[in-house]
Amino acid sequence: MLTKRLIICLDVRNRMVTKGVKFQGNVDLGDPVEMAAQYYRDGVDELVFYDIMASAEGRPIDIGMVRDVAKHVFIPFSVGGGIRHLEDMREVLLAGAEKVSVNSLAVKNPGIIREGARAFGNQCIVLGMDARRTTDPKYPSGYEVVIQGGRTPVGLDAVAWARQAEGLGAGEICLNSIDADGTKEGYDLELTRKVSEAVGIPVIASGGAGVPGHLVDVLTLGKADAALVASMVHYGTYSVEGIKTAMAAAGLPVRGKPSL
Amino acid sequence: MIVIVDYNAGNLTSVQLALRAEGVEAVISRDPAVIAAAERLIFPGVGAAGSAMEGLRGLRLDQTVRDFVASGKPFLGICIGCQVILATSDEDGGTACLGILPGAVKAFPQIPGVKIPHMGWNQVDFTRAHPVLAGIPSGSDFYFVHSYYPALEKASTRNVAANAAVALGETEYAGVTFPAIYARGNVVACQFHTEKSGPMGLRLLKNFCGWNGG
Repeated sequence: MLTKRLIICLDVRNRMVTKGVKFQGNVDLGDPVEMAAQYYRDGVDELVFYDIMASAEGRPIDIGMVRDVAKHVFIPFSVGGGIRHLEDMREVLLAGAEKVSVNSLAVKNPGIIREGARAFGNQCIVLGMDARRTTDPKYPSGYEVVIQGGRTPVGLDAVAWARQAEGLGAGEICLNSIDADGTKEGYDLELTRKVSEAVGIPVIASGGAGVPGHLVDVLTLGKADAALVASMVHYGTYSVEGIKTAMAAAGLPVRGKPSL
Repeated sequence: MIVIVDYNAGNLTSVQLALRAEGVEAVISRDPAVIAAAERLIFPGVGAAGSAMEGLRGLRLDQTVRDFVASGKPFLGICIGCQVILATSDEDGGTACLGILPGAVKAFPQIPGVKIPHMGWNQVDFTRAHPVLAGIPSGSDFYFVHSYYPALEKASTRNVAANAAVALGETEYAGVTFPAIYARGNVVACQFHTEKSGPMGLRLLKNFCGWNGG
């Protein structure tokens, strides 16, 4: 049976994994290649790297980091943040990433999804989406798409945008709830379920994970295909094995830690 | 020398790096002479069957790959590589493939609630022993990304018994049980991305590099 994936997200700034702390700026957590290699050995199913400053600084993604990760990590990983055009996608994929993630670029230029899917295959193109709750009747799903870390609404309904991206050729959607992000009180189950039921491609739930039960909830009630975590594991509160054990105990199919 | 065939079909670096992690150096090439001279060939690929075949024909590598397989030297197809060595694919409105082995590539059925592509880690239950599977437990998880699956022609249904490939391991998705890895003679082909399948996938690659093709 296809397993439910546990994905770890590494936000990278100046070649350090970093974590935003409310009102305190960012704290550096470690070297991205070393952390990725350790999570790989721990049995994580997939990794996501976001170059969180590339977009703001208008510079390309740190390709050297992608190359180094690819030397040590033999599971799929995706790279996002700062993808500007098709050539950036090509460079990231040729450096060894399995997928590229586009977020604000796709909002501004939806055609990039189609171009990327044609050039590299749908499975390479992940739509990253930040969504937040709204009561504005303009958004029938009750969720609107935002960019720039949740600061800027773009006038798109989250479910409609997910369907549009699927139609353009996105192979997967990484769906982050701005409301839940950082709360550690659980994923936005309603948002995840609405998007996952609206599309035929896999959906990764992101934002809000605090305990393993939150992953179980979003992978069952939220109908997500994969769940993304960051601070749960970065601070050592939970291990990959601990989270997977909890998922398996709840009856979810998971990939066991491979040992040869 | 181990050669990875470059035909504009995606992520070759990953295969090269995975081999390097196992202490094996391989070259990436689209030169027919280099490919023909290889001691073993890896034929990877992502994307669609139609564009993969276009890439092969455009570089005039279709016959090169056929000739290599005919030489009897070890050959490993991965993902699209495991599909286009069969006769036909339903992808891209029907695509004539290399026809090295009998079989067809079919689309997963559309079932409400079942996501396509089949993306993620799934178990491969071994159905037959083979040197490339040495040391890997049956039921191990491998990483898949595909919307179409290989369907082998049964040896008994036509007069192709001598030419038929057999499944080494099977996987189930969307109600279909398909050969996730299959073999015939000097050919082994896997639908999963063995280069992205963690320690088990690396072990398979290492096993392939030590296999004599017989």
